Amino acid sequence: MRRVLIVHRAGPGVTIQDGGRPGFLAFGLSRGGATDRLALAEGAALLGQSDDLAVLEMPGMGGRFEVTQDTRFALTGGEMRATLDGAPLVWNASHLLPAGAVLDIGPVTSGAYGYLHLGGGIGTEPAMGARATHLTAGLGRVIEAGQRLPLGVDKGSRAGMLLPRDDRFRGGTLRVVESLQTGFFPADDLKRFTTTTFTRDTRANRMGVRMPSDGPGFHVEGGLNVVSEIIVPGDIQVTGDGTPFVLLSECQTTGGYPRIATVLPADLPRVAQAPPGAKLGFRFVPLAEAVEAEAKFRKHCKDLPRSLQPLVRDPHDISDLLSYQLISGVTAGDDL
Amino acid sequence: MTLPESEPTQFPCIRTVGIDGMLVSFGDRLSEPANRAALALRAAIEGEGWDGVEETSTSLVSTFLRFDPLHLSHATLTQRLTGFLQGTNWTEAALPEGRRYFRIPTVYGTDLAPQLDEAAALAGMTRDEAVASISGTRVRVTTIGFAPGQPYLGELPEAWNIPRQNALTPTVPMAALVVAIRQLVLFSVTTPTGWRHIGQTAFRLFRPDSDTPFVLRPGDEVQFVPTAGDQLANMEQDPNGGAEWEAIP
Repeated sequence: MRRVLIVHRAGPGVTIQDGGRPGFLAFGLSRGGATDRLALAEGAALLGQSDDLAVLEMPGMGGRFEVTQDTRFALTGGEMRATLDGAPLVWNASHLLPAGAVLDIGPVTSGAYGYLHLGGGIGTEPAMGARATHLTAGLGRVIEAGQRLPLGVDKGSRAGMLLPRDDRFRGGTLRVVESLQTGFFPADDLKRFTTTTFTRDTRANRMGVRMPSDGPGFHVEGGLNVVSEIIVPGDIQVTGDGTPFVLLSECQTTGGYPRIATVLPADLPRVAQAPPGAKLGFRFVPLAEAVEAEAKFRKHCKDLPRSLQPLVRDPHDISDLLSYQLISGVTAGDDL
Repeated sequence: MTLPESEPTQFPCIRTVGIDGMLVSFGDRLSEPANRAALALRAAIEGEGWDGVEETSTSLVSTFLRFDPLHLSHATLTQRLTGFLQGTNWTEAALPEGRRYFRIPTVYGTDLAPQLDEAAALAGMTRDEAVASISGTRVRVTTIGFAPGQPYLGELPEAWNIPRQNALTPTVPMAALVVAIRQLVLFSVTTPTGWRHIGQTAFRLFRPDSDTPFVLRPGDEVQFVPTAGDQLANMEQDPNGGAEWEAIP
């Protein structure tokens, strides 16, 4: 019998994601894939498997799941309230899901997108080289209650590991580089752009995140007549009302709104995971520094397995202990 | 419009896109030579197979290269591109090989495409003149973009230099033909748009389950042949929407 993940309930917008489909830009299809790529690497490290495997991306709310055979799983990204047969589970950790047990993943408590990784990955039929759902392209669709998702062969066996959490779940400063249209904006506006505090709007999805501020908007003279040009994830598009919009993995491939800058790929997980209302700012860095940051980010992803720690269980108060963050030392304060 | 000072004034120009993109532009507005140059340069670079270049594409007037900046430095790639650009007049280069000429049946106006009259008025034509003008122009796929498999087609006669609408039309159906700024777009998905909906086809541009998921390619040519509204239901039985095509020699 094939291993299957049974979906009893799913939050709105839960999708299957992986690293996406590079290579179709020339045909108008953006790469897509997980909005928080670091979460993919973290789940892969926790389960000791490839980060190419497909996972469930859960925006804001998880779901209720069951497996037909014992299965390892890991939870990464924005933290959500999670229980296994009612017992609290530690986030950013790997666990065992026995056949027939109920995994409940509730609302997000920090960040925006939670991820459920399964040993062997989700084994749905790839389309055009990937399993990632691309909603705007109509590739795949959102997960619904009653679905049974096949799982791939799990070559590993280790569970009960923990990764320290970083600080990408509460906004912060985003490093940006100049892009092809940065020079179209007046110098004063560019300076103001880097000194303004922006707020992550509730209007956000896999295509991008709107970031209004209290101050005036940002404008290019004749901006609506700029020739349509290539768009890449991280581009900060300034729409007609002067509000920046940071584009994410499912962005369109060309567009006519001028782009004021581009967020470094290493900082895009921070954009994706900023919860509604989080404060964000932008800081220009030279291209050379941005390339160094990319090298550092890739090394960080590659070295994640070295940061793994065993999930410590104290037999005396195990049911409470597992709900605490033991390692990072930083919590929101409302979970203690 | 007054161009911002930093707008490039010399073409071709090479600019960075994010940290892993390089863009060679041949103009600051759509023109046949700039589009021809972008298509030709991309074809030539694809033929070179440069190590570290992961993907290429074209937009209306530019060739884009996505590369690995840890493997191929910005300086090296810029130098290589600069050298490659020299010695060829890309704006007069031959178009890529393997282009095709499509004739796609199109219902102009009626309830299926309610903005024909409005667009015709903006172009200073009667409805019949507008249909004759659009359907009589053999347009080229200048770029595929925005949505999967979706072509921008141009250029139409100067009369069609009509603006986008101020407000978006909340939704037009898949395979809708829309017009603005001397260009046509044939939508691959159901979408909101600021362009005016003048024709409806049944041509499916994106077929994810097929071996060739994207039907049209940059450089292909298309003519939108008028057909009666009652034909649309028949056309919808066929993913090609009754279209015919042949190779361009």
